[in-house]
Amino acid sequence: MTPRKAPGGRGARKDAKDKKDGQRRPMFRRRKVCKFCVDKIDDINYKDAKLLLPFVPERSKILPRRISGTCAQHQRKLRTAIMRARQLALIPYTSD
Amino acid sequence: MTRKYELVYVASPIATEAEVTDLHAQVAAIVERIGGEIEKTEPWGRRRLAYAIGSHKEGIYVVETIIGSGELMKEIDRRLKVTELVIRHLVVRVDEQQDVLERSRARRAVTSRRRRVARGLPPDREPGEGQRSDGDGDDDRDDRFDMSRGGR
Repeated sequence: MTPRKAPGGRGARKDAKDKKDGQRRPMFRRRKVCKFCVDKIDDINYKDAKLLLPFVPERSKILPRRISGTCAQHQRKLRTAIMRARQLALIPYTSD
Repeated sequence: MTRKYELVYVASPIATEAEVTDLHAQVAAIVERIGGEIEKTEPWGRRRLAYAIGSHKEGIYVVETIIGSGELMKEIDRRLKVTELVIRHLVVRVDEQQDVLERSRARRAVTSRRRRVARGLPPDREPGEGQRSDGDGDDDRDDRFDMSRGGR
């Protein structure tokens, strides 16, 4: 069952992508890891503006997961924390 | 039903110290009247706001941890809404989150212990062990720095 799956679906597509990347620029992208998992921060608190600020760069938009590498669970908590912090004017909604 | 809530309110920067204490007294009075308990009060003091609220650029932040019912928090919320001196406030229920937090911490401690025992180490971390303890690495770096300076 498993060998039939492997060449067909995800594996094949990944190979193709690798090849394309390789032709253009042989680049090694570092694997992104979730900051909160690595540092074992369970409590993403809205009062801790220092913790949240790196996730709202320049325009004060919440940094997407694909860029920050935060895992889904932590991104969800991060989002609520940022929204609460914004209500209390600890973090800006927008910058100018 | 008693639950734990966190109340944060931002008083206007024009408020005097007496007015801020009065605000706290008002909250305390409501808590007293409806039945509850203020577990902790944490005045943060004056802080710059991330954006201007009205014409204010600063605010006086106060955080209170309150044990009580939803009705109580509703009343506090209502009162703070009509209080002119309070420019922002937020009520958050925290007890469930805290439970989850404690459980996950406990779980982590148990797993780490089990793994350490499996590796034949004592179950608890000793001081001076591991990457993030006591800054052994820092010391090394300092030594190197000193040496290079001495050489020059």
